[in-house]
Amino acid sequence: MIISVASGKGGTGKTTISTNLALSTGEVQFLDCDVEEPNANIFLKAKIKGYEEVSLNIPEIDKKKCDYCGKCSEFCAYNALAVVPNNILVFPELCHSCGGCELVCPKNAVNWNKRVIGIIEHGQTNGIDFYQGLLNVGESQAVPVIKALKRKIDKSKNVIIDVPPGTSCPVIESISGSDYCILVTEPTPFGLHDLRLAVDVVRHLNIPFGVVINRDGVGDDKVEFYCKKENIPVLLKIPERKKIANLYSTGIALVNESHEWHEMFGLIYSRIKEEVSI
Amino acid sequence: MKQLTVISGKGGTGKTSITAAFASLAKNAVFADCDVDAADLHLIFKPEIKKTMGFHGLKVADIDKEKCIYCKKCFESCKFDAITKDIHLIKQSCEGCGVCAYVCPVDAIAMVERDSGFAYISDTRFGPMAHAVLNTAEEASGKLVTVVRENAKKLAEEKKKDLIVIDGPPGIGCPVIASLTGVDLVLVVTEPTLSGIHDLERILDVAHHFSIPAFVCINKYDINVDNTYKIEKFCNEKNIEVVGKLSYDTVITKAMINQKNIIEFSDGKLSREIREMWNKIQEMIRKT
Repeated sequence: MIISVASGKGGTGKTTISTNLALSTGEVQFLDCDVEEPNANIFLKAKIKGYEEVSLNIPEIDKKKCDYCGKCSEFCAYNALAVVPNNILVFPELCHSCGGCELVCPKNAVNWNKRVIGIIEHGQTNGIDFYQGLLNVGESQAVPVIKALKRKIDKSKNVIIDVPPGTSCPVIESISGSDYCILVTEPTPFGLHDLRLAVDVVRHLNIPFGVVINRDGVGDDKVEFYCKKENIPVLLKIPERKKIANLYSTGIALVNESHEWHEMFGLIYSRIKEEVSI
Repeated sequence: MKQLTVISGKGGTGKTSITAAFASLAKNAVFADCDVDAADLHLIFKPEIKKTMGFHGLKVADIDKEKCIYCKKCFESCKFDAITKDIHLIKQSCEGCGVCAYVCPVDAIAMVERDSGFAYISDTRFGPMAHAVLNTAEEASGKLVTVVRENAKKLAEEKKKDLIVIDGPPGIGCPVIASLTGVDLVLVVTEPTLSGIHDLERILDVAHHFSIPAFVCINKYDINVDNTYKIEKFCNEKNIEVVGKLSYDTVITKAMINQKNIIEFSDGKLSREIREMWNKIQEMIRKT
């Protein structure tokens, strides 16, 4: 079973939910797909034992063969190649590695170079098989790092995925293929607005889902009304407490602080398992 | 004309609430919501839309099943796993490169425009605003950010505004880079949590990578004063100014519920702290 934890709005508590869920169940694979700003390991504290590089194939033009016909730059949908009089320029950060330039080149002048855009780290803690992706600073494409991370999924295991905020490509890539998605929100106008967007995404992908309301009590009750109206199960409400904010700020997981939280996250996990198996 | 981008690395640190507060303090500015994935600024600005423009992101493959001979060349050539073995297109994986259309021996694949969202130009009680929405499960948010920024620039020129304030997205990837390239200053909003600190370091590296001067605002600084001290020490070592330390106060949520920014809603301590911070920022903008 693959459970992903997403939110639309950033900072609502995705990482709190995903890490506590993992710690309460143990024996899971955990993937931090927020490769732009991964934070799960602040709470899981896995010792990183190894890493591998994620790279893209970038064209290198053999200038002895190239006659500057411009077919490649004309074909490239990403403007990653430009032909100027008697020269050709490659812009690696724009390239999506589609391979089109090589296909259209009549002179066979396109070779490929590897360009590292990030890494995947691996470690273990409390029975959790932990993986996180890290996009290099200055790189724009998170999706290839997320794809490489998702290739680590062991289908025989239960998997928990921490998803980046937002609703576009990195989010879709992270949650597609999940059996269940937990959407974390807060009871504020921003929280509700972005929850609606996230609901559109999971419905679009046909993934069963439920909602966790974090910082309950801080705003109004419109998120709950919305969930009721849309028939969306509210899995858990976490109250707004300075104590909880303080634990988070120091990197301490809720389940390690009190047995009640441990039980509560265990219950959510069983509930999801039941729903997925139907 | 100067441009200021508000970003954070980590989501939910208060970018949008702080940007919204600036709207009551900036005298002659255009506002641009570049968090096109999950835009929220309009919930406070309540814009009156004056102009709507369709946004087309990257193209998408369209397979004509009547012409298709199931040779699987497209399936074999696609680097994005967007075509299945039985020649079914997974639309959200298609990055619009056109390789499938090129290799198809029977011209069964066409690359077509996709409706990816809308860009808007609006009037608000604070002045002109550029914003956008990206449709569900669409790509190319970076490209849409660029459209919003171009619209904001045009607005500023037309209305003779001397500042563009940009509300940026979380993260460090494509839409973030599109939100900050070429701007004069970056304000990074962080919070005194270990996650906040971790993400602050990465986003400051991004600003440095693109040679954009950055300064820092520590929001909710009093939820963990030890961590606040760590951030100040870190910034000091890096020679980055901390221009504001804002108190934790749920009044900011109450303002949001009332569709107002904090300056309009309250004259309390937090509003005063934001005013003071804005004065410093103004001074820095003047100096760039």
